[in-house]
Amino acid sequence: MMERMVLAAKRPYLEMRSRILHGLRLFFVSRGFLEVQTPVRTPAPAPERHIDPVESEGWFLNTSPELYMKRLLAAGYLRIFQMGPVFRKGERGSRHHPEFTLLEWYRAGDDYTALKDDCRELLRFLCRELGRYPEFTFRGTPLRVDGPWPDVTVRHAFLRYAGWDPVEEDDPDRFDLDLVEKVEPRLGFPTPLFLSDYPRREAALARIKPSDPTVAERFELYWAGIELANGFSELTDRREQEERFLETLRQRREAGLATPPLPRRFLESLDHLDQAAGIALGVDRLVMILSDAPDLDQVVAFPPEHEP
Amino acid sequence: MGATLTASDLRKGLKLEIDGEPYIIVDFEFSKPGKGQALYRCRLKNMITGVQFDRTYRSGDKFLAADLEEQEMEYLYKDGTQYHFMNTATYEQVELSEDAVGDAKNFLTENLKVDMLLFKGSPIGISLPNFVELKVTQSDPGVKGDTASGATKPATLETGYQIQVPLFIEEGDILKLDTRTGTYVERVKAAGS
Repeated sequence: MMERMVLAAKRPYLEMRSRILHGLRLFFVSRGFLEVQTPVRTPAPAPERHIDPVESEGWFLNTSPELYMKRLLAAGYLRIFQMGPVFRKGERGSRHHPEFTLLEWYRAGDDYTALKDDCRELLRFLCRELGRYPEFTFRGTPLRVDGPWPDVTVRHAFLRYAGWDPVEEDDPDRFDLDLVEKVEPRLGFPTPLFLSDYPRREAALARIKPSDPTVAERFELYWAGIELANGFSELTDRREQEERFLETLRQRREAGLATPPLPRRFLESLDHLDQAAGIALGVDRLVMILSDAPDLDQVVAFPPEHEP
Repeated sequence: MGATLTASDLRKGLKLEIDGEPYIIVDFEFSKPGKGQALYRCRLKNMITGVQFDRTYRSGDKFLAADLEEQEMEYLYKDGTQYHFMNTATYEQVELSEDAVGDAKNFLTENLKVDMLLFKGSPIGISLPNFVELKVTQSDPGVKGDTASGATKPATLETGYQIQVPLFIEEGDILKLDTRTGTYVERVKAAGS
């Protein structure tokens, strides 16, 4: 009885979710992107220092489909997108679910500036489709998608809101803490904002910026203080990518964390990938903002701790 | 000794021992920036003093669960600023200061059964039943003719606690009260009936 009432009360959010999923597909298909589906289980997820995969019969549930997406790019699929569930162990909060819906799209031959253009067009398109253009209210705060969106470097955002330069000073612990407590809450009002050019140690799978080797061509899209998407110009140098993976695995081993095998086929595929850019966007968070939901639990029918 | 916990165990309502004192997490937020590490932002409240502070923990941090237990006890009497209770299982008597009893003192009557919270075996506070019954010891008669719905007047209860009650309540009435809100629920028994 209780569950039926809770589910009935979620109807406006779930209807909005359905319209957004439809709008996302419409946007990408109409721009010549091919929708692909890749395995949910993988023998070798991308090694990440701070993302823990869930084991599944000796393999792992994907934390992101990115390695498969790039293997497709390397085989000549130039514009692709995928929307589906990913799994990250232990991530649970008002903005985190251990299982969530990720949208990823990739462009061969482009860099991260093309992805920023996509983000602008995508959110404006969705807001028009949903009657949220040019402005709407989220948790009592006006948000809008028209007009220019700020594009701020990580260095400038930190100098402004946290008082230090994370590109000059190598302090990953302080970086994460200040990002969460001092920087993120200020970003993306009223329009979305790009936080760009991360210190190179925060590069993940992004390439180093050719014009400034102290930073990586990686950006995060923020809206209303909420991180919505993470995009970058892909690192396509096989040797450098392998070195980063090995370093990450070494750090995980030192921290006593599981160390999945090296994704060899992905590394080989980089030999056939010249330039590319890719981005992952949290669909549940996007639904939360566009439907003015109080938390992530409202925009999924069954939150992580649901009963059998 | 409480059990050892890790950062992933942290959540609202969890009780920890920090520097030898019991704390409860009254606010909790899990954060994880981009590709960064998980951060566990907690607002902690000292369960004895009530003092609150904020602290952010990381994966890898270790914690001690607060060694807390609840024991049913019966309220006996007040002596100066000390409240005396009896363990209903062992008949052992314990006392609690007025500060530790807090607002619960407004609802304590002789022989009321309460849950005593013990930290490492020492009493630190009580939790009341959600509803208790108390007698009205003083209340002026309601003004005749004032029939506006929702009109109330003050009444003093046998514990000395004063609340707002409907106009028809008289001295000697027994009232049901919600201890969580401290408010009148209904009249259980009218005076003289």
